Amino acid sequence: MADFFQLFMDSFPALMDGLGVTIMLTVISIILGTVLGIFLSLGKVYGSKIVSGVITVFIELIRGTPLLAQLFILYFGLPPYGIRLPALAVALIGFTINSGCYQAEYLRGSIQSVSSGQIRAALSIGMTKWQGIRYIVLPQALRRVIPSWTNEFIYLLKYTSLAYIIGAPEMMTQAKFIASRNYEFFKVYLIVALIYLVIVLFFTQLFKWLENKVKIPGFEYIR
Amino acid sequence: MVIDKLQLVWSSLPNLLEGALVTIKLTIAGLGLGIILGLPLAFGQIYGNYLIRGLVSVYERVLRSIPLLVILFLIFYGFPNAGIKFSPFIAAVLGIGLRSAAYQSQIYRGAIQSVSGTQMKAALSLGMNRVQAFIYIILPQAVRIAIPPFANEAAIVLKDTSLAYALGVIELLRHGSYIIATTFEPMTIYLTIAAIYFIMTVTINTILGKLEERMKIPGIGVEGGSR
Amino acid sequence: MSKKEILRIVDLHKSFGDNEVLKGISLSLKQGETKVVIGTSGTGKSTMLNNINMLIPPDKGHIYLEDVDVTTTHDISRIRQQIGFVFQDFGLFDHLTAKGNIMIGLTKVKKMKKSEAEELAMFELERVGLQDFADSYPAQLSGGQKQRVGIARALAMQPKLILFDEPTSALDPELIGEVLTVMRDLAREGMTMLIVTHEMGFAKSVSDEIIFMENGKIVEQGPPEQLFNNPREERTKEFLFKLNELYGEGGA
Ligand SMILES: Nc1ncnc2c1ncn2[C@@H]1O[C@H](COP(=O)(O)OP(=O)(O)O)[C@@H](O)[C@H]1O
Ligand SMILES: [Mg+2]
Repeated sequence: MADFFQLFMDSFPALMDGLGVTIMLTVISIILGTVLGIFLSLGKVYGSKIVSGVITVFIELIRGTPLLAQLFILYFGLPPYGIRLPALAVALIGFTINSGCYQAEYLRGSIQSVSSGQIRAALSIGMTKWQGIRYIVLPQALRRVIPSWTNEFIYLLKYTSLAYIIGAPEMMTQAKFIASRNYEFFKVYLIVALIYLVIVLFFTQLFKWLENKVKIPGFEYIR
Repeated sequence: MVIDKLQLVWSSLPNLLEGALVTIKLTIAGLGLGIILGLPLAFGQIYGNYLIRGLVSVYERVLRSIPLLVILFLIFYGFPNAGIKFSPFIAAVLGIGLRSAAYQSQIYRGAIQSVSGTQMKAALSLGMNRVQAFIYIILPQAVRIAIPPFANEAAIVLKDTSLAYALGVIELLRHGSYIIATTFEPMTIYLTIAAIYFIMTVTINTILGKLEERMKIPGIGVEGGSR
Repeated sequence: MSKKEILRIVDLHKSFGDNEVLKGISLSLKQGETKVVIGTSGTGKSTMLNNINMLIPPDKGHIYLEDVDVTTTHDISRIRQQIGFVFQDFGLFDHLTAKGNIMIGLTKVKKMKKSEAEELAMFELERVGLQDFADSYPAQLSGGQKQRVGIARALAMQPKLILFDEPTSALDPELIGEVLTVMRDLAREGMTMLIVTHEMGFAKSVSDEIIFMENGKIVEQGPPEQLFNNPREERTKEFLFKLNELYGEGGA
């Protein structure tokens, strides 16, 4: 136990560096993914048949294939075409696209659950269709999608560990580095697991608290 | 040029399909382990005393909070420190199955609990005992409710078997990287692999969708799952 | 004592935590009798019915189905087969057709052969006027039809007694009549029934006795003419007055 604690203290700084990258990857990709998701969902719901069809196919392709395969396509597949991106950039792009597609689906469901009467009401006060979407539908849809969004955040937080496989310097990479010097694989990965557990529980509680804070009457949702 | 690539795809296909077979084995074994563990976990969570319920929720919480990759590394690289050594394939199945059990347990519990309390009461009022009521009344309804989220979980497990790559399991992605080492055509190969994965996820969803359709109770809509 | 006593309840008590819901209920039903229980909601009417077939076991008191003490029997399944229960929210099994709902108790509990069970199920469905809906699932039926299937399911078990817990409360007004008609026919055919309902017109015309419950006690019981026209207790008068204001004289 004592030497576990010692190991914990020794590896903590390096792991914290890794954790910083993990969280940075998560936060940036969730934000970019949200933006992408909004555009994809709007295009799917309100776009022309062709736009909507293309987006649907794209979303389904991304959701139907492993994230790791997507990272490999970007990281190993592009260089022969002269596009050579650092692992961290590939991870960011890959996570953003992947998350964007999942979020687009959540948002689409949410948009479609906002009643069509709302758009009609917007038109009736003289708004254009796009104004109605922008000021009436989207604000409601975004509020409804918050629980899925927080779930997605937690998913992404865990899946950023895949960046390790293409060599981005996140927490797993640091762990492997430490463990390959002291051969304490079990303890080191246990520490990593504990850190993830704490971080995930922290964000879960934080989101619960935030959701309660920003609750709007009529927008209570069931988890 | 395009012909070359198609030829490459064609000639790699036997190897890739061999990898796909390993991926399928991982998926079935992982899901199977998830069912075997997930069902008792769900029962424990619903019918157990507070100690059992507490243990099950801790298990669920922990396994759902730790990334699969960490679980896999803990089992494959970590356990040997404690004198327990697994082959990459077994380690992958264990990791995937243990984690899936946590998600599946939630699916089964939710399904069982969403069958309304009156159904149990009505069954008892006819003279059924609790076991009969569960088997003839609760279970048939719970199974139907559980299919869509189970299909969702199956697709997740299928996709996540790709993480076994990191343990050196010679699954679909690993077969691909072997081919790339000799052909230097990563884009073509990885796109082909993605296509194979896509076909497999669509197949899972189609099969379970058919099952859902066949078991559908007229007049009752069933909602789809999420990620 | 011309007729056999089917049900006798003696000094029934039940509490949920600190909430004493039943404070000593006693009543009895003879063969072929129909008694109606009335009273404001939260008074313990449902709790009492659920006590009778031990879906909720009472704390104290005895319940006799003919000679068997339900509260101490070792084979509650046997008792429950002999006591039909009709639920306010129907309690139909959503994964089974109307016919399937009736057959499942016959085949699984009474171990009847499937063909016999089917025959009996069809007979009971016809009795409630739903022979054409045998293969419909609950979600495809109207509320009134659902409740008639619920009644047919109870009947098929050939019970000695049927308990009804507000069988029409979840129904749209225009569907109440069809269910009450079925119940009225049963009363006429000599079925023994204990009914909790707010349908006063029905209660007046069908019941042998009205039981007015309040705060876990029976305040007054008697033949409908007497209880409605000449209530002895002040509380009964007040309750009937309020009921009149709410629903008018009417009912089915
Ligand atoms: N399972 C239960 N647990 C706790 N309290 C209950 C339960 N069932 C009923 N009660 C309480 O018992 C009282 C009587 O309920 P009920 O028998 O349903 O009344 P009624 O059918 O006359 O409206 C109510 O105060 C109710 O809140
Ligand atoms: Mg009641």
